[in-house]
Amino acid sequence: MNRIKQLFEEKKNILSIYYTAGYPNTGDTIQIAEALEKSGADMLEIGFPYSDPVADGPVIQASSKQSLDQGMTLKLLFEQLKDLRKTVTIPVLLMGYVNPVLQFGVEKFCEACAEVGVDGCIVPDLPMVEYEEFYKDCFGKHNLSNVFLITPQTAEERIHKIDGLTNGFIYLLSSSATTGKNLEVGNTTEAYFSRIKNLNLKNPTMIGFGISDKQTFDKACSYANGAIIGTAFVKAIADGNLEESVSNFMKKFKA
Amino acid sequence: MLFITLGFNQGKKEKNMKYKVNEKGYYGDFGGAYIPEMLYPNVEELRQNYLKIIDDADFQKEFHQLLKDYVGRPSPLYLAKRYSERYGANIFLKREDLNHTGAHKINNTIGQILLAEKLGKKRIIAETGAGQHGVATATVCALRNLECVIYMGEVDIERQAPNVARMKMLGAKVVPASSGSKTLKDATNEAMRDWINNPVDTHYIIGSVVGPHPYPDMVAIFQSIISEETKKQLLEQTGSDQPDYVLACVGGGSNAMGMFYHFMDDENVKLIAVEAAGKGVSSGFSAATTYLGKEGVLHGSRSILMQTEDGQVVEPHSVSAGLDYPGIGPQHAHLFKTGRGQYVSITDEESLHAGLLCTQLEGIIPAIESAHALAYLEKMEFKGGENVVVCLSGRGDKDLDTYIKYFNL
Ligand SMILES: Cc1ncc(COP(=O)(O)O)c(C=O)c1O
Repeated sequence: MNRIKQLFEEKKNILSIYYTAGYPNTGDTIQIAEALEKSGADMLEIGFPYSDPVADGPVIQASSKQSLDQGMTLKLLFEQLKDLRKTVTIPVLLMGYVNPVLQFGVEKFCEACAEVGVDGCIVPDLPMVEYEEFYKDCFGKHNLSNVFLITPQTAEERIHKIDGLTNGFIYLLSSSATTGKNLEVGNTTEAYFSRIKNLNLKNPTMIGFGISDKQTFDKACSYANGAIIGTAFVKAIADGNLEESVSNFMKKFKA
Repeated sequence: MLFITLGFNQGKKEKNMKYKVNEKGYYGDFGGAYIPEMLYPNVEELRQNYLKIIDDADFQKEFHQLLKDYVGRPSPLYLAKRYSERYGANIFLKREDLNHTGAHKINNTIGQILLAEKLGKKRIIAETGAGQHGVATATVCALRNLECVIYMGEVDIERQAPNVARMKMLGAKVVPASSGSKTLKDATNEAMRDWINNPVDTHYIIGSVVGPHPYPDMVAIFQSIISEETKKQLLEQTGSDQPDYVLACVGGGSNAMGMFYHFMDDENVKLIAVEAAGKGVSSGFSAATTYLGKEGVLHGSRSILMQTEDGQVVEPHSVSAGLDYPGIGPQHAHLFKTGRGQYVSITDEESLHAGLLCTQLEGIIPAIESAHALAYLEKMEFKGGENVVVCLSGRGDKDLDTYIKYFNL
């Protein structure tokens, strides 16, 4: 069974962590995954960097740039992930923009994901219609989940369409924003989270963008199956001892 | 009856749709809307409404009134005598440089600001390279009293200082883009990020035929006034509305698409698109997209772009800020791939010399962008007597510093 499915069947308040592959150093990708699993992360989203990340704020932009400048490529990432499943057991998704996938080759990309034990993908700029027409079969064949985003502005009809098209989880953006904005849970955000909760979607939901501490994490968990932390984590591992930074960061959420 | 043919005329099926956008937003293999979900509602709203709004009689009336009284259209089609003698062909210059604000860019911003108003938007954002689109956007925002934020690469802020001052004077906020190559591509990224963060009341006036569908089509429609007028003017001046060649420079490709639009289906008219070779196509400092690029996705559409094997966008180079872009619009990619258009390139040096030549032969100081198109005349071979139209997309005021430094004037 797909590891993502299993996780959502077994657990609540899922904590998923995003980080940029090859940051802070090219060789850190696997070490960070291992450290995160050890300190209690439930799921990982490994970002493959892109030169023009329009959906990202300054922190993830900078980590992507540094990673690319240091020589990271999608090809190198798959090499680094070759032994992923020897030490990491939690679900792993790859997150990035569509152009590197296109250049790598969609079929080849799916094969490589399956081979190293990646469970799903998040490609924010891959439109639903393109996915349906050109990617879905390939993703299915390799047992990969494709995760779509929804925002407070996404129409209900479209949410149902997304729900029908995906089989991992739905990524609920706390607001229409680039990554790294702080989550301000006011009345409108709560109304939006409740509205989605009441749709009784077939897929679980994860809230992301702007989750940075225990308080915002708990809040998100009251409306969804869990939450995703990106920018705050990327900031936390910028320097210092990697293992220590990871475990100190994770302690805040496990208290 | 200018405004009868301008609208896309969805109802009356045009005789040939080979080069136009299809219902899915594609030109052959190119186009589409590769955007994150955060942009979907805005782009979808636009997609559902743009043709309806543009084809509306009141819209057409207001648009054409402004083009006439405010922009100063029709722009002249000038038979350049000394150029014609030099090349042994009839060289016509389509004088977009005489438009208010000094370039073709205002054709599009007038159209889009009216459209934004119809959609009830209160805030306008735009990216700019040379600053011409930024100025054209700031101008229409002043005209219609709308808030205006312009993103501009740090490098461009430096090399196009007069335009930065103009935008500020017009009441726009100019925000420097400091990521990547700090030029047009990065300014576009920043504008898209702004739009993501302001999903309700903001309209993004893209300055070229790039971006997610329907932008390339919408901008082409607004710019198509260039070839619409040209056809009429040619008919009056030469007795035929079909020239042998039309030439235009290509950054994202909006002046070229405006210049090509009504000639696309006249297969005997040769379309020549001139890209910026920078320091040479093999120098590593170039913006010759069709020569150096491969198919891929940038800024919301599938097109041709300069990129590494890994799919990372390569930073372009051109002396001209308006051509300093690693992609081209999807419709251009289609014209290139089908062979309908011929895509060539001109170096920094060639363009600067062509700019000086135009000044000395015709008394017109062209924008360095436009000088790329003029420079290609030097490389063409004429039998004699051909009719050739060059889109003089803008004037060179903004480039005086560059000209002065290069020629030690
Ligand atoms: C005078 C002039 N010509 C051409 C361009 C290039 O844009 P496009 O290729 O969209 O016409 C610019 C862009 O700033 C410009 O200012």
